[in-house]
Amino acid sequence: MLNIDNLHSSIKKKKILNGVFLKIKKGEIHAIMGPNGSGKSTLSFVIAGNKNYKILNGNIFFYKKNITYFSAEKRSHLGIFLSFQNPMEIEGLTLNNFIKNSLESINKKSINTIEIIKKMKRNADIINFNHNFFSRSINIGFSGGEKKKSEIFQMMMIQPKLAIIDEIDSGLDIDSLKDISNGINFLIKKKKTSILIITHYQRILNYITPDYVHIFMNGKIIKSGNKELSKFIDKNGYDWIK
Amino acid sequence: MKYSKDKSLKDKKIIKKFSYSKYKYGFYSKIKSEKFPKGINEKIIYLLSKKRKEPKWMYEWRLKAFKIWKNLSPPKWGNIDNKNIDFQKIIYYSGIKKNDKSIEPELKNTFKKLGIPMEEKDFFLKKKTSIDFVLDSVSVKTTFKKELKKNGIIFCSINKAIKNYPDLVKKYIGSVVPQNDNFYSALNSCIFSDGSFCYIPKGIKCPMELSTYFRINEGGIGQFERTLLIADENSYVSYLEGCTAPQRNENQLHTAVVELIALKKAEIKYSTIQNWFPGKNKDEGVFNFVTKRGICYEKSKISWTQIETGSAITWKYPSCILKGNNSIGEFYSIALTKDYQQADTGTKMIHIGKNTKSIIISKGISSCFSKNSYRGLVKILNSAKKSKNFSQCDSLLIGKNCSSHTFPTIYINNNSSKVEHEAFTSKVSEEQIFYCEQRGIEKERAISLIISGFGKKILNKLPMEFAIEAKNLLEISLENTIG
Ligand SMILES: Nc1ncnc2c1ncn2[C@@H]1O[C@H](COP(=O)(O)OP(=O)(O)OP(=O)(O)O)[C@@H](O)[C@H]1O
Ligand SMILES: [Mg+2]
Repeated sequence: MLNIDNLHSSIKKKKILNGVFLKIKKGEIHAIMGPNGSGKSTLSFVIAGNKNYKILNGNIFFYKKNITYFSAEKRSHLGIFLSFQNPMEIEGLTLNNFIKNSLESINKKSINTIEIIKKMKRNADIINFNHNFFSRSINIGFSGGEKKKSEIFQMMMIQPKLAIIDEIDSGLDIDSLKDISNGINFLIKKKKTSILIITHYQRILNYITPDYVHIFMNGKIIKSGNKELSKFIDKNGYDWIK
Repeated sequence: MKYSKDKSLKDKKIIKKFSYSKYKYGFYSKIKSEKFPKGINEKIIYLLSKKRKEPKWMYEWRLKAFKIWKNLSPPKWGNIDNKNIDFQKIIYYSGIKKNDKSIEPELKNTFKKLGIPMEEKDFFLKKKTSIDFVLDSVSVKTTFKKELKKNGIIFCSINKAIKNYPDLVKKYIGSVVPQNDNFYSALNSCIFSDGSFCYIPKGIKCPMELSTYFRINEGGIGQFERTLLIADENSYVSYLEGCTAPQRNENQLHTAVVELIALKKAEIKYSTIQNWFPGKNKDEGVFNFVTKRGICYEKSKISWTQIETGSAITWKYPSCILKGNNSIGEFYSIALTKDYQQADTGTKMIHIGKNTKSIIISKGISSCFSKNSYRGLVKILNSAKKSKNFSQCDSLLIGKNCSSHTFPTIYINNNSSKVEHEAFTSKVSEEQIFYCEQRGIEKERAISLIISGFGKKILNKLPMEFAIEAKNLLEISLENTIG
């Protein structure tokens, strides 16, 4: 479904991605690990269509469509979701209203508010996300962990075909980590959503079992393997590769 | 939100959005009107007073104002640049001919185009609003007058009030905004042609919204309106004014004076949706110089809510004199500026009575090359023991070329009173927009959501019927302001 072919990209004239190749099939779970600043979040932004990043070379295909130059909005409509490493705050815009607008835009029809609330409650309960957050301004005053939960919650509401999940596990306590994993697994089971999970720790991969693990360094994937690779990284870091 | 499945239709809509058609009310109505020659002098004032069939006291009151005005000059302290206005080049009166049946169809058409329900049947099953429609210099129609009269409520043009209720007018006109208050109030006092008058008797809660719609139609004219609103003891009224003007390639002048009197335990809620033609460049658009002030007697309350989206220049400070003990003054404002618009707006809260309270919440939104200033004064006199003020002035910037300023002034002359002031400036960031777009929400919609989120507290203060209109207005005004 996703095919990234020799992707090169830069921001503010600084080259970040240096030839990324990655293929993800429907229902597959891929994990990306790599040092700070190696370009993992950049990759996620480029896949999601952030226009601040310039594409220098290469293509992104999604279900055979070349989406390299599609707008972020259109990619979202096609089924790509990004759970942000640092979610944005918007004063006065409730999570409720945000999700409603999102679903209406994606489905191109207006949706009954009562229906949405029902669905929101159901999904929230799966990940122990308090209903009080629905009517709060999006991410304003949310704790770090609550912001992450809110991202996964939005993902469960939107039900994308591909979810890119950027460092969801950083700063989570063990209960929240389990809750969030439940949310992701729920979606995998229900929708056969493909997952690209970016992480520094093998811990979350005990809950969400990856089919592939990739090592990302200097703007490209330099090694791929299975779950064992993540365990090895956890122990030995990245120095041995160089 | 409506969606069309037909893609070509959607494309057309987008193209239309990007062509210059942002100002929805820029049309001109062909309505025959009589105009005075340009300029202002004693003769013009005499002509006006005669044309409006005013009593002698009114004419003399105007002359007195003219003497004052001649010795004043326009205030320079506002954070606005404008070229000097030549006050002798303005036409001070343009009015439809009375009893001219031939203008009826075009008048009706104008109401329709503006979307103003001027027929009582328009309110079938809906909450009623009585509307006074002021076209250029005169009030042309006021609806639901009879129904209001049943409760003893007077709602009519100020011109009618001067003739029919001279005692009330004489007693209160100029009592809150004196003729010599400032250059523009003096000018208004000598040449105002019409406006609305309202009196709510003791103990009456006005059963419907009252509203005045101001429309400038002719070119080269200035609109000088005067509004006087008196809420007698224990009464309540909610009043709303709306304003629009045709798109013209010249600057036009609008100079109003609004006076509110809230007697003991009365409450006045005064809302404004100001959408005068803003102009596409510096030589177009309406100059809006307005003096609005209310006086609160014991335990009364005045609440100003304003949504300012139009005008090339807005110079306006709806204020409260909290004279009575335990009285309350409130000011809620959203001022949105784009293109080359300049707004210098805010409020004055003068605490005189004991235990008086005031709240100020001002939200400035600026984009493009515009300039947006909040100017506020909170003055707590020695007599105003145990008084309180809370002020919050937030600004939101869109793009890099606009500017926002705050000029708060606070005087506290006793030590039992408390003042709190908060101010924040934020930016609509590309990251916020990308966040929304990632969730499938298109850019324009994203900006709208961010803006209405920012203005939410104020929008919630408007009467329900108008909150939606105001929200739409904010959203329309900001289309395409982000590059
Ligand atoms: N908007 C930007 N302006 C300037 N530099 C940027 C910008 N965005 C990313 N970079 C730079 O690109 C490089 C890659 O950043 P990126 O966020 O993709 O790393 P990462 O692999 O996600 O790191 P981490 O593990 O710390 O999250 C960094 O050196 C970063 O400073
Ligand atoms: Mg990162």
